[in-house]
Amino acid sequence: MTVTSTEKRTRVGPRLGGNAGGRTSLNNLAVLAVLVVVLIPLPLVLPAAQQAVAVRILIFALMGVGWNLMSGFGGMFSFGHAAYFGIGAYSGAWLLVEHGVSPWIGMVVGAALAALFGVVIGYLSFRYRLKGAYFALATFAFAEMLHLIATNSGFVNRAVGYNVPLIHGSSFAKLQFAPTSADYFYVGLGLVALAILVNVLYLRSRAGRFTIAVRDDQTAAAALGVHAMRYQLITIALSAAITAVAGVFYVQYYLFINPDLAFGSDVSIQAILPAVIGGVGTIWGPVIGALILGPLSDVTASLLRNPPPFLSMLQGRGGLDVILYAVLLILLVLLLPRGLYGAIRGRFKR
Amino acid sequence: MTNAEATVSAPAARASRGPSRDLAVRTLIVVLVLAAALVLAYVRADKPVIVTQAVVTGILTGGVYGLVAMGLTLIFGVLDVVNFAHGAFLTLALFITYGVVHSTGLHPYLALVVAVPVMFCLGWVAQYGVLNRAMGRPLENQLLITLGFSLLIENGLLLFLGGNPHAVRFPGDRGLPLFGAVADLSRVLAFVAALVLAGAVYFVLRRTRIGTAIRAVAANRQGASLIGVDVRKIYALTFALGTACAGAAGTLVAPFTTIQPTAGQMFNIIAFVVVVLGGMGNVLGAVAGGLLIGLAEQLGGIYLPGQSPLLLVFIVFVLVLFLRPQGLFGRGS
Repeated sequence: MTVTSTEKRTRVGPRLGGNAGGRTSLNNLAVLAVLVVVLIPLPLVLPAAQQAVAVRILIFALMGVGWNLMSGFGGMFSFGHAAYFGIGAYSGAWLLVEHGVSPWIGMVVGAALAALFGVVIGYLSFRYRLKGAYFALATFAFAEMLHLIATNSGFVNRAVGYNVPLIHGSSFAKLQFAPTSADYFYVGLGLVALAILVNVLYLRSRAGRFTIAVRDDQTAAAALGVHAMRYQLITIALSAAITAVAGVFYVQYYLFINPDLAFGSDVSIQAILPAVIGGVGTIWGPVIGALILGPLSDVTASLLRNPPPFLSMLQGRGGLDVILYAVLLILLVLLLPRGLYGAIRGRFKR
Repeated sequence: MTNAEATVSAPAARASRGPSRDLAVRTLIVVLVLAAALVLAYVRADKPVIVTQAVVTGILTGGVYGLVAMGLTLIFGVLDVVNFAHGAFLTLALFITYGVVHSTGLHPYLALVVAVPVMFCLGWVAQYGVLNRAMGRPLENQLLITLGFSLLIENGLLLFLGGNPHAVRFPGDRGLPLFGAVADLSRVLAFVAALVLAGAVYFVLRRTRIGTAIRAVAANRQGASLIGVDVRKIYALTFALGTACAGAAGTLVAPFTTIQPTAGQMFNIIAFVVVVLGGMGNVLGAVAGGLLIGLAEQLGGIYLPGQSPLLLVFIVFVLVLFLRPQGLFGRGS
């Protein structure tokens, strides 16, 4: 009697949790579907110049979603996502330029290589028990090493990098369209939607829940028999793969890549900012952060192209956009450490 | 915190016999590895002069790295803050030096009188006004704030002064013969001045009331505040002292550095490597680590021809992170 009842209880427990998690993840999936449907007609309305901004937002969002999975949900603060972005960008560019392989295959290869690299770094880091600041510094060091190696290796054209060969017309297989075409937007939208879908489904899965359990209390999770490192490595691999896909897409859109654009520390920062501004460890935070960050550089560039009189000495100068990022970053960390989305959601939940 | 406590307060000087012998053994190992590295370099290089030159340049630059890293390690040891703006503060000092020399025509080293107090005040304001509000939160918070500082400084310089490189001339600079190699007078002086300043900081930490208070906070912030130390002021003071170190280093390297908004990034990276190598919070370890990294950077060009000399620095960094995260000269955990 008692045995069966406890059995029931243990069976009921997880299922209850599953239902609750299922509801939020179902909500998230519904929001995602609505968003995608709403955004489909957007290129018809947007002028051509704004489409570039829209695509930049999508790239930011993709990087942010990738970073957020590892650092937000996984709790492993990465300061070196440029490594994964760059591996993706260079795999895609190398396969396309040197061997004429479609960037779609480049995405798969880049994602696989980035995931592998992430797992190796992660394994070494956890094997030697790196935590907190040391872990962040290690990720940073690996990204910088790849940066230096790419800059000095003739194998990938040293500091010159790659120019994607232009083709006539558009080609879906080559992932290259006319500059004003809406197709870049659709591909980007599809990739971001896919990345968010992966996030939602992963967090709903057993592995995803173990990941969050390990983030919240590694000792307790390990005591319950969760193999902490395994789930941390899976999380890193997924995060790296998403970021690598962003790298491939970046190359196909801007048609150019070099070591600074792929592996520079600015790239790591660009992966961190959307999530931090929107809300670390939330599904929608990176997207909201990207919506804010993406247009900033265009706004400031147009402001400085024709500056108002009191700013006339700054005409044609760069840097204002990053200054605004930086101020936003400092203010948000001080005042709303959970980010915009996190703060808003917190208010509603109360 | 235990790490900081162990390192800032007692770099083995007063320690009992066990740890000090341990330290001696580790120092011996480092010296042996270094000797082996030098022999290997002499074997690999075409002419021995190249290696001698690399060693001389490496040691001279390493002294300055030590000074930069000293500021960073102080901030980490006492505040537990990963200060990503350290290189940017150094850049700011470079520009202050350039401004002073450019407008007055004085000797670049006289700019120390301006750069160090300015950087000290700026560090105070940054910590007291901004970072103090985020103390005690998870580590990423402070890291992101200092990242914001660094972006702010670098891009502020870019916005207001433009990205063109500048240079400061060192009057009467010439090559000095040194053990068969040649060293610029400005580099030799920078090395000597960096060591003197590092010694001064060490003296302040060990022998003054303020230094004692700083070490007390590093060892136990609650305990320190219980006996009447104003912890928030000590935080600000420590950060200010750290940025002042970066400021002094900025002025010292100005004569042989291209002055541009991104100039500090390389110093920032190297300072982190040195800090980890010397043990986070270990002031003397930072100086020793600086010398080692200066050497590694120069020898890297000999071991890995065609690759950036910094690559060896990163390899050393990662190895130390994995194998001895408490640093070569830190205590075992």
